[in-house]
Amino acid sequence: MAKTFIFCEFNNGKIKKGSLELLTAAKAAGAEITALLIGPGSTEAAPEAGHYGASATFVCDSESLKNYNPMAWSKVVSQTIKNSGCTVFLATSSMTAKDLFPRVAAQLETGIASDCTDLEFNGDTPIAKKPLYAGKCKAQVNFANSPIQMILMRPNQLPIGEPDTGGHCEIKTLSAPEIDDRLKITDVKKGNTDKVDLTEANVIVSGGRGMKDADNFKLLDELAETLEATVGASRAVADAGWVPHSMQVGQTGKTVAPSLYIACGISGAIQHLAGMSGSKVIVAINQDKDAPIFAKSNYGIVGDLFEVVPKLNEELKSVLN
Amino acid sequence: MRIFVCVKQVPDTETKIKINSDGNGIDESSIKWIVNPYDEFAIEEALKLKESAGEIRVTAISIGPKKRVTDALRTAMAMGADDGIVIDSEDSLDPYLTAKALSEALKKEDSCDFIFTGKLAIDDNASSVSQYLAEFMGIPHVTVVSSFKGSGGSYTAEREVEGGTKEVYSISGPAVIAANKGLNTPRYASLPGIMKAKKKPLKELTLGDLGLSGADSKVTFSNFELPPEKPPVKFIEGEPAEQAKELVKLLREEAKVL
Repeated sequence: MAKTFIFCEFNNGKIKKGSLELLTAAKAAGAEITALLIGPGSTEAAPEAGHYGASATFVCDSESLKNYNPMAWSKVVSQTIKNSGCTVFLATSSMTAKDLFPRVAAQLETGIASDCTDLEFNGDTPIAKKPLYAGKCKAQVNFANSPIQMILMRPNQLPIGEPDTGGHCEIKTLSAPEIDDRLKITDVKKGNTDKVDLTEANVIVSGGRGMKDADNFKLLDELAETLEATVGASRAVADAGWVPHSMQVGQTGKTVAPSLYIACGISGAIQHLAGMSGSKVIVAINQDKDAPIFAKSNYGIVGDLFEVVPKLNEELKSVLN
Repeated sequence: MRIFVCVKQVPDTETKIKINSDGNGIDESSIKWIVNPYDEFAIEEALKLKESAGEIRVTAISIGPKKRVTDALRTAMAMGADDGIVIDSEDSLDPYLTAKALSEALKKEDSCDFIFTGKLAIDDNASSVSQYLAEFMGIPHVTVVSSFKGSGGSYTAEREVEGGTKEVYSISGPAVIAANKGLNTPRYASLPGIMKAKKKPLKELTLGDLGLSGADSKVTFSNFELPPEKPPVKFIEGEPAEQAKELVKLLREEAKVL
């Protein structure tokens, strides 16, 4: 079976769910798995990779790699991947991975597909599918002239298996590369939200022009609080400056795939629909019964969102608590 | 100083995608092509840098079917770029080959101080060309850049990651900067700008001139499929309080997402 290399991301000593999904998929396909963790705390998190199927795990546990740096990280990653003799590479399609691995692919003279949503194995060959045109269609990814097939998968797409703490996983320590003087990270400015990012959110509450004013997004913040959701927005309101661009869902914003997407006062421009059509269940609240958003929705409420949203929040609070 | 801006033509965001009869591509017959929206931020940032310091030449570069991508280059020149380079190719190229061709073309130029790109193209959503290109050029990259400042060889870029968090990078020397929305507000091409753009120099190359061929792509797509049809929407009637109650019930019991 193919040697598979998996880049594992971790947080507070635990490997992130997206990485566990990939370990599970590769293990089920019978792959020989090598894992890699980078940054301070990687030694502590490493054994978990073994529990989910890795037979060897590399760590580069250095304070100098506390912050991501594409120049430094790509060096250690490329060399380790190359030395492993793998033919398949998997990682979660996170902001770090999407920045880092195309550079690694260049160093390895190989192909890469980011943001994939489907992954199966046909013997040794991984078959991935990827949304194109922000989800207006989907296609199968085929590799050619590629010594290593590099696939970045969106999180929340695959099941996670049961850990097995009985197996043996060798942990190998890598030395940290020197930081390239030409590019240094000098600061990390924390965002104003500790909510999960739109791209990883399980529930999204989104507002459009029907919100009428930036201040009215408070209503959605309250609903999001109850649902443990992340708040998103349409292009129109991001362009109007009511919310930061980082909250925009759509073809020129973020492509999202939550279990539940609640669209409030969003008419449903085609570029917005493209970005959220991967949502499992879509609810639309809009005054205009002919709004295109309803054609993409599972449930629709034609009405005044300023009346409906507070009632919905009340109802959810009483039911969920 | 020489600055390059990479631009791509993509289907307009309002385009309805239709799949080819063989299922291995999209029907391009009735598509309206536009400059990739993120590339407009890249063009604007290059022009801002040109205006902030003297003696900067901004060159727009694109690869693809000549007629189609020349439109993008003329747009960039109408906005203020000094000249353009078109690499003609009828084949659909993957990020590897695109970046390889761009890097080979740029290495033929006398110097290269900055390369501006969009953080991704809204067609294949690969967000890979900038990083491949930086590696092939042997220079650093910063992607998803929402702020770029500096002069005289020392620059600061802010890169936006999850949850609105920003990584701040200091950059010295040539680099690839991949623009995010919010970096700036792209200018419109003025009428005199559009007239002038028609006369600006456009250098033409082919993949063959760069020692490459369309068969060098490493990733291709097949078996295109449209998203499954949604069943018709279920409208919930009644007063707001009743609607809210019914919706929560359906989300819990029918959709099972709460």
